[in-house]
Amino acid sequence: MELLKRQETWNITYTHALGETASWFYVQLRDHAKLYGKRDAKSGRVLVPPRAFSDQTLEPTTDWVEVGPGGHIETFTIVTAAFNGLPPPPYAFGYVQLDGADTAIGGYFRGVDLTDPKVAAKHLAIGTRVMTRFAEKRTGDVLDFWFEPQPG
Amino acid sequence: MNPRVGIIGIGQSAFQSRRDDASYPDLVREATTMALNDAKLDLDGIEAVVYSLSPDAMVGIGNAERVGVDAVGARNKRFLRINTGGATGISSVAAAYYHVAAGACDVVLTAGADKVGECGDSQTVLNKIWDPTYERQLPLGTITMLAMSAVRYMHKYGMTEEDMARVVVKNRDQAAKNPNAHLRKPTTIEEVFASRPISWPIKLFDCCPQSSGGCAMVLASERYIKERNLEAVWITGLGHCSETYYMGDRMGTNFLADHADAYALSQSFKRTFKMAGITEPRKQVHVAELYAPFSNTEFHSIEAAGLADLGASAAMLREGQFQLGGGIPVNPSGGVLCTNAIAVTAMVRVAEIALQVWGRAGGHQAKGARVGIASGNGGDHQFFGTMVVEA
Repeated sequence: MELLKRQETWNITYTHALGETASWFYVQLRDHAKLYGKRDAKSGRVLVPPRAFSDQTLEPTTDWVEVGPGGHIETFTIVTAAFNGLPPPPYAFGYVQLDGADTAIGGYFRGVDLTDPKVAAKHLAIGTRVMTRFAEKRTGDVLDFWFEPQPG
Repeated sequence: MNPRVGIIGIGQSAFQSRRDDASYPDLVREATTMALNDAKLDLDGIEAVVYSLSPDAMVGIGNAERVGVDAVGARNKRFLRINTGGATGISSVAAAYYHVAAGACDVVLTAGADKVGECGDSQTVLNKIWDPTYERQLPLGTITMLAMSAVRYMHKYGMTEEDMARVVVKNRDQAAKNPNAHLRKPTTIEEVFASRPISWPIKLFDCCPQSSGGCAMVLASERYIKERNLEAVWITGLGHCSETYYMGDRMGTNFLADHADAYALSQSFKRTFKMAGITEPRKQVHVAELYAPFSNTEFHSIEAAGLADLGASAAMLREGQFQLGGGIPVNPSGGVLCTNAIAVTAMVRVAEIALQVWGRAGGHQAKGARVGIASGNGGDHQFFGTMVVEA
């Protein structure tokens, strides 16, 4: 028998409040091109990106600590397939432990030739030193910065 | 000893990319009817229903348990929806178990279905599980999340892309023996390497498919089973464990769990084994169905289940330890790598293990299996559920 289908699209708008902690972080990023973490006084861990409380202790985080701009790669991937609603490939992104931080923050990796993912993977190996680069026009968003592997 | 909870009925679809002959509730009803027939029960015999449904956007119906309530015959009955992402199915079986173990009910149905193949934007849907404050802007998805786990696992233990391909070859061979599996065509290491690169080091053949189909199970109290002289297998241990949200907290310094491994899954298995009285899983477990939607994740799951030391599973797999006919067959059904209808995938793990220890697994039966384990993983590698099922 003839089997019918019906296509539809969900397009839903939200305006998320970022809260005090992320707002302060993004204002520093937007206005001064600086990255900060927040310290959990009980464990001493510096959380980057900064959270209002520690997941390990549930205590509020206390002091702000400037981190980076140097750091090293903790993990990465190189995407070579296109997905609806995600950026056109290829691109590389992953997580970097910025100097002074205990946790890793996500971001794109740029300045690496991605033509051959296997070769690119060697240039993005865990432990590779990176430098944070900041966009000239910043809006207060994760995409205001990215990481570039450092020679040597 | 506490009264036990038994499995008395199982139903599952023959999973496929699409089921254009059936709407979403049609699929739920199909699995429900199969499980009731298997248990030789009619609808009136069911006292409560646990509804297995992961993110709504995958089936494209907001809170689809509302339409599902008819398809499981839950009118005038206890009804709960469970959602722990990919772990939903095993969490649903656990919730059904707790109804019986608490003495609230004697006979409980758990059922659900998914039509992932109807969603044209599954990675976009999955991207929405990430925090809109710090992470959503990045193209995170379940593939990239677990590719980043693979990168760390490779760095830590030396896993190669060839090790990953061996998992695919093993599971496809096993799926070929399972009439309900979705991807049933055997493959080779060469074919895996020739498949399209997706998210390094994951290639197309390292990924699970998007499957449509349903699964249902009927659980009952030991008293009910004994009084009626029913056939059953028994859930002798179960556990859960969760992991924190931010992936970047599972690396760096002073972390509790490494994103390379499945630490929370190992804790869930510890709780489960303690309850079941299993002290040496490598000697006492005969067969395993472990939730692994990408080839690399089968390794950390095997290790979390205590079937190998950390970092040692790839070498054991190479020796044939985890294939049908080997020491402890892992994913004899072909596993998640060959069939992934997300809302019920982790229920299929329990159903398959029940069939194994029941001796009803047909062409993919692990010979002589009497004790089996199942697991489910969900969220941003966060929610884990585990079970021991015994004959």
